[in-house]
Amino acid sequence: MKTNEVKDLQVLSANIRLDILKMLSSLGYGHLGGSMSIVEVLSVLYGKYMRYDASHPTWDKRDMLVLSKGHAGPALYATLANRGFFDKEMLYTLNAGGTKLPSHPDRTKTPGVDMTTGSLGQGTSSAAGIATGFKLKGTDQKVYLIVGDGELNEGQCWEAFQYIAHNKLNNCLVFIDNNKRQLDGYVSDICNPFDIEAKMKAFGFHTVTVDGANEKAIIDAIELSFDVKDQAICIVLDTIKGQGVPFFEKLEANHSVKFNTDEIKQATSEAITSLEAFIAKEGA
Amino acid sequence: MFRLDVNRDDTQEMRMSVVHALQDLMKENDKVVALEADLGGASGWTNIQKTNPDRFINVGIAEANMVGVAAGLSATGFVPFIHTFGPFATRRVFDQVYLSGAYAYNTINIYGSDPGFTAGPNGGTHTTWEDVALMRTIPNAVVCDAADDVQMDWIIKEFAKLEGIHYVRGNRKGVKNLYAKDSTFTLGKANILREGDDVLLLSAGQLVSEALQAANELASEGIDVEVMDMFTIKPLDVDAILKHSQGKKHIVVFENHSITGGLGSAVAEVVAEKAMAIPLTRVGVHELFGQVGSQDFLQKEFGLTKEDIKQKIKELTIV
Repeated sequence: MKTNEVKDLQVLSANIRLDILKMLSSLGYGHLGGSMSIVEVLSVLYGKYMRYDASHPTWDKRDMLVLSKGHAGPALYATLANRGFFDKEMLYTLNAGGTKLPSHPDRTKTPGVDMTTGSLGQGTSSAAGIATGFKLKGTDQKVYLIVGDGELNEGQCWEAFQYIAHNKLNNCLVFIDNNKRQLDGYVSDICNPFDIEAKMKAFGFHTVTVDGANEKAIIDAIELSFDVKDQAICIVLDTIKGQGVPFFEKLEANHSVKFNTDEIKQATSEAITSLEAFIAKEGA
Repeated sequence: MFRLDVNRDDTQEMRMSVVHALQDLMKENDKVVALEADLGGASGWTNIQKTNPDRFINVGIAEANMVGVAAGLSATGFVPFIHTFGPFATRRVFDQVYLSGAYAYNTINIYGSDPGFTAGPNGGTHTTWEDVALMRTIPNAVVCDAADDVQMDWIIKEFAKLEGIHYVRGNRKGVKNLYAKDSTFTLGKANILREGDDVLLLSAGQLVSEALQAANELASEGIDVEVMDMFTIKPLDVDAILKHSQGKKHIVVFENHSITGGLGSAVAEVVAEKAMAIPLTRVGVHELFGQVGSQDFLQKEFGLTKEDIKQKIKELTIV
């Protein structure tokens, strides 16, 4: 690993987080919590591992990413903008009539979005199909699948996991964003998934749990996964909903945040200042 | 061009027509993939597994996943065909077909087998009388009902040329022969099988043969029935309806489907919107669930036999 690589990825994470905050606060509302918890994994994937050509988003040799927890679209959009798929100005069209950035990803509208998602659970099967397609083509392309822990309520996830494990699709890296909360509260209160890693192991996956806020830890897990040749791979990301901004981590209902109180506006402003300072210091 | 040949002796089961069509396609196009949800023995698709093992995927008993895998295959340039029983291919996976398929502009070709009374001994849980109603509402989806093995072969091969969501329903088992081998059709164009002056009788699927026989028998009773095979229920051949209803005393739609949302509804929409002022009668299933029994029993039970349609037309035409 290059000396500055982790630092560079931390700066990319900060930029993604900054743009999420700016686009959602500018809009006045949005799916903040679940966007913030996948910032680091998106940074590592788009900043280090994925093969793509931002100027040719439909390049047929590219790796693909399926954001099955589609409500975290803003995090994906901020990542794609930071990686040059489109201008950052477009981020401020989120959810506007006629926008190329709908609340949930649409592969027909947004450069760099590989699969349409939003109806939870469905992206898992789409990713399974993409991985199958890559295998049938005989290429070493990969598909990266990000699933929410709340999303695991959906039965289709488990249909897809059985398929991915049975077919030993090691070209489909399954990331589960274990941020502990879903729309109505804690996953353990609403429909307890119990030990997610143990469940995935029982389903036949090679599994590992890592600190999902730590780029280095995510890199290490991905590197180890490349040694797994005959088994599907699941990386459980131990994350916090609202990750990276203590105020939003503590905010009770942070699935969808309305930026309409002085307290929230103040916290957002401070977080933006802090991220900008980090980027100025470390990104130079 | 199509030609009628009800007496040909080379009939094959509808499922084998699908199997052979897919095997033919796979010889020419290495992007064609067949997906099953553990009904390979029932659909005959295990034959594809034997001839094209790397182009056959059995996802297990997981229809929603099968649709999603098909969507992902489409996103990587493949042309997926999926099969399961009609209700599971439509009702059970409607959101997957709608979003992962149609909304995402992926291509998925769907064979939903054993529609309506043809579910036979599999009974009410395996019966669909609403598949056409559901699939018609998906933007730009193509919806077909195959009248016989020849037409099924053509439909499957035609689907492989197109992008989008394409659904064909059809019995797995053998049905009456209707078309001559090598007949060709045009998607979205109705076939006039018999001309007549009194009644325009529209049907689709295997009931077309019943409709044609009924019309031939009614002729000897002085009732002249024109028979239209509307094998493409969507996009509907509106021009054919307008043209061929001219001068008719009645329009009758005969369908192995609920009269809510199926071919009868589609025709009624045209008749109403064009203010055609011709009485329309829908003969199909109304507010009933399926049940178990032989195909013959169920066809009678639900009033979908040649005798039923003959009787209905006689009632309508006696002034």
